[in-house]
Amino acid sequence: MKDMKAYFSKQNKALLSELVRTDFKLRYQGSVLGYAWSLLKPLLMFAILYVVFVKFLRFGADIPHYPIYLLLGIVLWNFFAEMTGQSLGSIVGRGDLIRKIKIPRWIIVVSASISALINLALNLIVVGVFLFLNGVDITWNAAFLPLNLLQIYALGLGISFFLSAAFVKYRDVSNIWDVVLQAGFYATPIIYPITMITNETFQKILLLNPMTQAIQDARHNIVTQDTITTWSTFNDWKAFLPVIFILVVCVAGGVYFKRRSKTFAEDL
Amino acid sequence: MNEDIAVKVEHVSKSFKLPHEKSGSIKGILLGWRKKRRGYENQHVLRDISFEIKKGEFFGIVGRNGSGKSTLLKLISQIYSPDSGSITVNGKLTPFIELGVGFNPELSGRDNVYLNGALLGFGREEMNDMYDEIVEFAELERFMDQKLKNYSSGMQVRLAFSIAIRANTDILVLDEVLAVGDEAFQQKCYDYFAKVKKEGKTIILVTHDMGSVQRFCKRALLLEGGKIVKIGSSPSISTMYSNLFLEERNQALKNENRKRLDQSPINTESDARLTNVRLLQDRKEREVIKAKENFTIELRFNLQSTIDKAVVGINLVDGNGNIMLATSTREHSPTVKLFRGENRISFSIDNIYTDSTYSINAAVTDESRAGMLLYQAQDIHRFEIKGIKYAKHSLTHPRVQVELGHES
Repeated sequence: MKDMKAYFSKQNKALLSELVRTDFKLRYQGSVLGYAWSLLKPLLMFAILYVVFVKFLRFGADIPHYPIYLLLGIVLWNFFAEMTGQSLGSIVGRGDLIRKIKIPRWIIVVSASISALINLALNLIVVGVFLFLNGVDITWNAAFLPLNLLQIYALGLGISFFLSAAFVKYRDVSNIWDVVLQAGFYATPIIYPITMITNETFQKILLLNPMTQAIQDARHNIVTQDTITTWSTFNDWKAFLPVIFILVVCVAGGVYFKRRSKTFAEDL
Repeated sequence: MNEDIAVKVEHVSKSFKLPHEKSGSIKGILLGWRKKRRGYENQHVLRDISFEIKKGEFFGIVGRNGSGKSTLLKLISQIYSPDSGSITVNGKLTPFIELGVGFNPELSGRDNVYLNGALLGFGREEMNDMYDEIVEFAELERFMDQKLKNYSSGMQVRLAFSIAIRANTDILVLDEVLAVGDEAFQQKCYDYFAKVKKEGKTIILVTHDMGSVQRFCKRALLLEGGKIVKIGSSPSISTMYSNLFLEERNQALKNENRKRLDQSPINTESDARLTNVRLLQDRKEREVIKAKENFTIELRFNLQSTIDKAVVGINLVDGNGNIMLATSTREHSPTVKLFRGENRISFSIDNIYTDSTYSINAAVTDESRAGMLLYQAQDIHRFEIKGIKYAKHSLTHPRVQVELGHES
């Protein structure tokens, strides 16, 4: 219990907020549009995917509000990709601090994840505006959205801890993770609706992907109830597999990070 | 733990794995694993270190480069963790391994102050309260909204120092912080040390500047090759530290001199050969000798035939090329007889010389053949004189008797 208290000490909070502030200030250093890029980037991405997949390839014609459905998926996936991508190099990037002063190492990873979280918040505002413009009915289900976000954050944090610690020793990790993210982007129904996977076994496997589960749930909760979710597909314990997976990743990532963090200063 | 103790280090050892080649990739690991060879070497940096620092003590850790003092400092600061042994710290410890850790050149001076403050454990409100004082102390009022990259290095150090001294801590760990900055800045550092010392805080200073050790530290620890040589009063440690260098220099000179002897020329006509040069003081062979105490230069020549009337001469040349002494066996008799085989010639010399490196030239002439050179060589041996205590060196430092009288 004393340990838990130490994690949230006044000093740690101050340090965390200063690191996040610094990240945020430095992110768009020297760019003309500055923070606007946080909104512009996902919007432009969305525009491209929208033109290609919705207008040309006619994906998701049977899903109401498919453009928003698509946008939400992209925003959530980007959050996950950005968070893990930024955290991956965070320990190495802050090597000067780690080698010269004693600060809790985990704060560095968490600060990188919070930067991504801030970006997500900005993006969700855009999603909100689109929801309003499209006249989507917001139901009480929207109250569950934070839970879906928490899931993605937890998964991302677990992976971030693992990646950032591994990256200190093995610089291959960043290349591997780039590939894994690319694969993950297609292994998650983001640009295509899951109904396009006609093979029922594949569809079920896809729904066990924790990112699929979280994104489909989020879509179900704020865009349209007409969404296949993990919960609607599995009626037994298997429905909990994604959540269990997230918990395992979180614990394993944390344990690995804690063990490796003892030698960060000398390995860097 | 005893309440009087600030830092307790018990049987601490630390080693680093030094990779032979950069094996920081998975390929390297796989290859290394298949060939079953270790891709690294264990370098023992510290072995079985134990000591205690009392509360309120100004403690020095000294040693040469590579002696392990910075590693020890990082262990005490809990940046590294020891392989074995334990380190107990009683109170809040703040390390200053470098000033301005975490300073970001792209941020303004103001932002950097807050960031640096947070790294020292200050919250935003606390920093707000201190901010004006920090800026004023650093004398940078006009520059705070500029990016740090536009600061001069002196300005950066001043800013960093102004924040650092706010650190509210019980134990302060300093690593060569004094090495940066101009004299005015160093004076500020000294004033700060004096203040902190008065407040009864514990300070650990890691340095190889014996001046600051003698000036501030009461006790010090001498590290050499990862082991404690001695813990003691700072004057005694400081003497030991200089002796460490002396021994090393002595050895280095000895090795050089061996090479010089091997390379010394052989006169093809006479086949006179220099076989040995020794420098003696207090009957001990030394290459670094004490000032103002007499010494002996001993030469050995090997000759193929007996020379009835020979003269052996030497010169001493100082580091600037001045001939400080030219002497020969004429001081003994006009000529000397040298025999077939090995001959020993010793010159006992009044040491009136100053601190420098000296080089010896030697020559042997045959006076019965109109002073023909049997042997001549320059720089056959080098030695050093150490121990003149004056700030300004004259070419010579003969013994001087001083008498005082008073007449009214």
